[in-house]
Amino acid sequence: MNSMLVTLVLLLLLGFAYQTGWSRSSRLAQVEGRLHSKPIYHGALVAIWAIVPALLILGLWALFGTATANTRFRTLTSAVVLASAFGTGAIGLYLARNRISARFRARNEVERIIRYLLIGCSVVAILTTLGIVLSLLGEALRFFTFVSPVDFFFGTVWNPRFSSVGTGSGDFGLLPLLWGTVMIATIAILVALPIGLMTAVYLTQYAKPKTRNIIKPMIEVLAGIPTIVYGFFALVTVGPALAGLGAMFGLDIRATSALTAGIVMGVMIIPFISSLSDDVIRQVPRALRDGSLGLGATESETIRRVILPAALPGIVGAVLLAVSRAIGETMIVVLAAGNSPYLRLNPGEPVSTVTVTIVNQLTGDTDFSSPQSLVAFALGLTLFAMTLVLNIAALFIVRRYREQYE
Amino acid sequence: MMNALREDLTQMNMVVRQLAVDTDLYTLPSTTIRTPDLEPQPVKIKARNVNVFYGEKQAIHDVSIDIPEKAVTAFIGPSGCGKSTFLRCFNRMNDTIEGSRVDGLIELDGRSIIDRSLDVVELRARVGMVFQKPNPFPKSIYENIAYGPRIHGLVRSKADLDEIVERSLRKAGLFDEVKDRLHDTATGLSGGQQQRLCIARAIAVSPEVILMDEPCSALDPIATARVEELIDELRENYTIIIVTHSMQQAARVSQRTAMFHLGNLVEEGPTEKIFTSPEVKRTQDYITGRFG
Amino acid sequence: MSDTSSSLPQQRQHSTIRAGIAKRHARERRFRAYGIAAICAALTAVAILFGMILYKGVPAFWQANVELEIFFDPEIIKVPERPQPQPGQSPAELEKQQLAWERQVTMVNWNRVIKAAIRKAAPDVEIDTKQALSIIETNGRYELRDMFVNDPGLLGQTVTVNLLASANADNWLKGNIDRNLPDAQQQLSAPARALADRLLEEGTIRFAFAWHLFTNVDSRSAPASAGLAGAFMGSLYMMLVVIVLAVPLGVGSAIYLEEFAPKNRFTDFIEVNINNLAAVPSIVFGLLGAAVFINFFHLPLSAPIVGGLVLTLMTLPTIIIATRSALRAVPPSLRQAALGLGASKTQTVFHHVLPVTYPGVLTATIIGVAQALGETAPLLLIGMNAFVAAVPGTPFEQSTALPVQIFLWQGNENRNFFEARTSAAIIVLLALMLALNAIAIYLRTRLERRK
Repeated sequence: MNSMLVTLVLLLLLGFAYQTGWSRSSRLAQVEGRLHSKPIYHGALVAIWAIVPALLILGLWALFGTATANTRFRTLTSAVVLASAFGTGAIGLYLARNRISARFRARNEVERIIRYLLIGCSVVAILTTLGIVLSLLGEALRFFTFVSPVDFFFGTVWNPRFSSVGTGSGDFGLLPLLWGTVMIATIAILVALPIGLMTAVYLTQYAKPKTRNIIKPMIEVLAGIPTIVYGFFALVTVGPALAGLGAMFGLDIRATSALTAGIVMGVMIIPFISSLSDDVIRQVPRALRDGSLGLGATESETIRRVILPAALPGIVGAVLLAVSRAIGETMIVVLAAGNSPYLRLNPGEPVSTVTVTIVNQLTGDTDFSSPQSLVAFALGLTLFAMTLVLNIAALFIVRRYREQYE
Repeated sequence: MMNALREDLTQMNMVVRQLAVDTDLYTLPSTTIRTPDLEPQPVKIKARNVNVFYGEKQAIHDVSIDIPEKAVTAFIGPSGCGKSTFLRCFNRMNDTIEGSRVDGLIELDGRSIIDRSLDVVELRARVGMVFQKPNPFPKSIYENIAYGPRIHGLVRSKADLDEIVERSLRKAGLFDEVKDRLHDTATGLSGGQQQRLCIARAIAVSPEVILMDEPCSALDPIATARVEELIDELRENYTIIIVTHSMQQAARVSQRTAMFHLGNLVEEGPTEKIFTSPEVKRTQDYITGRFG
Repeated sequence: MSDTSSSLPQQRQHSTIRAGIAKRHARERRFRAYGIAAICAALTAVAILFGMILYKGVPAFWQANVELEIFFDPEIIKVPERPQPQPGQSPAELEKQQLAWERQVTMVNWNRVIKAAIRKAAPDVEIDTKQALSIIETNGRYELRDMFVNDPGLLGQTVTVNLLASANADNWLKGNIDRNLPDAQQQLSAPARALADRLLEEGTIRFAFAWHLFTNVDSRSAPASAGLAGAFMGSLYMMLVVIVLAVPLGVGSAIYLEEFAPKNRFTDFIEVNINNLAAVPSIVFGLLGAAVFINFFHLPLSAPIVGGLVLTLMTLPTIIIATRSALRAVPPSLRQAALGLGASKTQTVFHHVLPVTYPGVLTATIIGVAQALGETAPLLLIGMNAFVAAVPGTPFEQSTALPVQIFLWQGNENRNFFEARTSAAIIVLLALMLALNAIAIYLRTRLERRK
């Protein structure tokens, strides 16, 4: 109700300011002939000067005011804030209105403001990264006041206990989780790389354009499926099927295991690898292919000995991105990996991963004072650092590769 | 307007070709070709009534020609006249283009090469190709040369391979320049060196015919001169067909010249004759720079 | 073959090559077969995935309904008449009286009413009350109460009412549970199972399309009546937040980077940032949301507004990258033409370049929204996995989301029933995403055709 009213007043201010600028400059145009800028720019500029200060004050108050304001003076403070916001708005309007003249370059100023706005949009990406780094680092440092980094990064036992038992009593060893993550990602890549790469090779080198246009989107459907669906698929279908298959051969494979999660994650990553490799392979110049075929090589010899080696850096980049995605994947492992944080070699056994543990330690808990929940941020920091390195390396390799053939 | 002109030209061409058939050009016994200053050469490649289509579009109209062995034949003509397309028929590189179709007769040593029963792998080992832009593989110089012999299984030992690499590089006149960096990447060579490397790469599988598709168009004059020299040397052992849009180049390196225009063969004969006293007016016009 | 003109070593070489050709062609065929096998494997995965979801999920859209002759028995429903407005009575007082009356209605033993109706439907089945009631979903009594509250005139009348069968009865009738299992492992007692079978045979129980899946909210006490309405609204609010925030920010950012940004370190840094953010695991965004939005700004837990903010940050890189490629597809000649006519850079971009890319921007938006719609992990960290039994009225109220609802349902103890339910929810989610993607593809082809 209240916010509706404020919005309405803001809109009124906006409309009034624009109208003021527009009509004043139009009248001026009748007297003085041509103006430097069209009236709409004068109107827009006045509107900006009126609305921005008001919005700034209201925004700051909305962000920080609620946290600090004393309940007893809430009505009073909000009245003061609103009055000052609209007051500054009115002052801005008045000042901007007085600047209107025939020579005044309103368009240039509006365009400059637009450009600042666009820069502001771009800076959001930097702020996001900064926010991620600062929040993860801050909370992780708080965690390290409870548990030493050495125990965390090199500990082989994960058993955090519950926060109610007493702080700092559990074991927070990262290695079992890291091992599970690496094992599942490895299985996923082992599944996805041959299938994805051969798919890309076939679609780029052999398939007729028509076939390609049908099959490519069909495989890319896999990329659009939410990960929770894959998780459910792993839990309900793949896990029991693998367990049954294992039993047939006398192997003990659990329904929820590293193998289950890894295979399903591999399926999820297939389109990722296939479309990235597709792009990369198609960037290999046709001249190389012709050169090899012209020497009498068969198509597969050309692909294996010329095209794939030439595309190798790009494919490596694609695989690095795929690995980064695999280690950051959450829902599949939450549902299908079995959540059992022990160092085990057998992929048929349940494991746990960094992402699963983040979910387990933080779900529904907003009290960030115990190491049991703060550890989620230390884990998140580890995850972020790992994916950052992989992503940057992949970006660098792929960029170098593009430059080579441009 | 343009279409009408083109039609006229085609009409004219038909008449001219009919005339050409009546002259001695095509009535010669087709096993040898006489060229001034040369021994009569046996025919290496014989083409009769060749048509090439890309989808609906016809790129080559009814071309017949004989290519002499161990001599350089140049295909000249304005760009888009179909000379490259025709060249690519000789090792069936047109197969790699979706929707292309070739009919007529092309024989290599008396055996049809359009016939699908002839394996394209075998054909291309006998008819090598050098492309417009140097296209060395992104591997070492050594590996580039070794590529052909390796895939065809021509070598048994490392020593064999070393020998082939050295011999091919020597034949291409490149050995002395690169002998100290055989294992450096080939893309580091200069454009002219790269093109000679590509020629060496083609030679390494000992082809009988080498097709060159405007091999000097991406090179500077000095590198061009070097490659032209090389072509002249190679003539001793190989049948060479070179496509070029530079008439000077054709005059310098070739013994026989064929002039193409709009997908038709306009005139063919000893290079000297084509350049000094062409029988067809269009050839004369092209050579003197009236069009092209 | 007459190789008369070839030299001797050349001839030897030809025979070597010819000897190896069969083997090389076999290798070529094998390689091709690997390619086809890889594609088949990928397509099989697609087929099994969708097949499994459809096979399990489609039956859940039909649920057992029990059609009972309900007699609003005055013997059981002993409540006074509904209070009517009296002259001189304040509205507040009337409301208070009516509420008291409704409380009385709620206290009525509606189970007895239902039980009587069941007995009438199958008079010869020997069964005790508890067992008989176990085949009707527990929300049945509230339905009867609501009917009565709305129309007290029903007292003493007999009405045909459709009540949902309980989840256990639904399981049994659909054969989701092995019929040969011993009593101890069955969810329903033997008489209740016999009753359900009997009623199905007589047509009293019928399978009907489960509209309530779309209109009801989640429910724990009455699982058969659980629906997706709450989760759907939650997701809708989040999508709105994403569209309102991510699209302007993303398009603005893309315009700056593609059209205005000078080539320098700073621009490079932004680009690396965006490309990296596009590949940061989604759960990290969840941690960001938990630490910044919840812990620092004290925004409400489980609220779609927070989920929307987190998803906005997550989809921003996607939208920026897709919009940039749309901008890059605009031919430079268009910009040069506009600049040549004296338009400023800004005018060129906003009046000439941007309008051409609208379909591309729309596609980028849809890709981003679809990505946000399917995301689960970050939402778990900001408390959206709480059980919420109401449709959120505003983005600031507690809510859940479609993918989170799927996560919650798959974890329900009543495995037999909720496996199908979960699959049905997945079908709904996938249908929404397919619809979004179909629109994106349609727009993209239209864009490409126009080019």
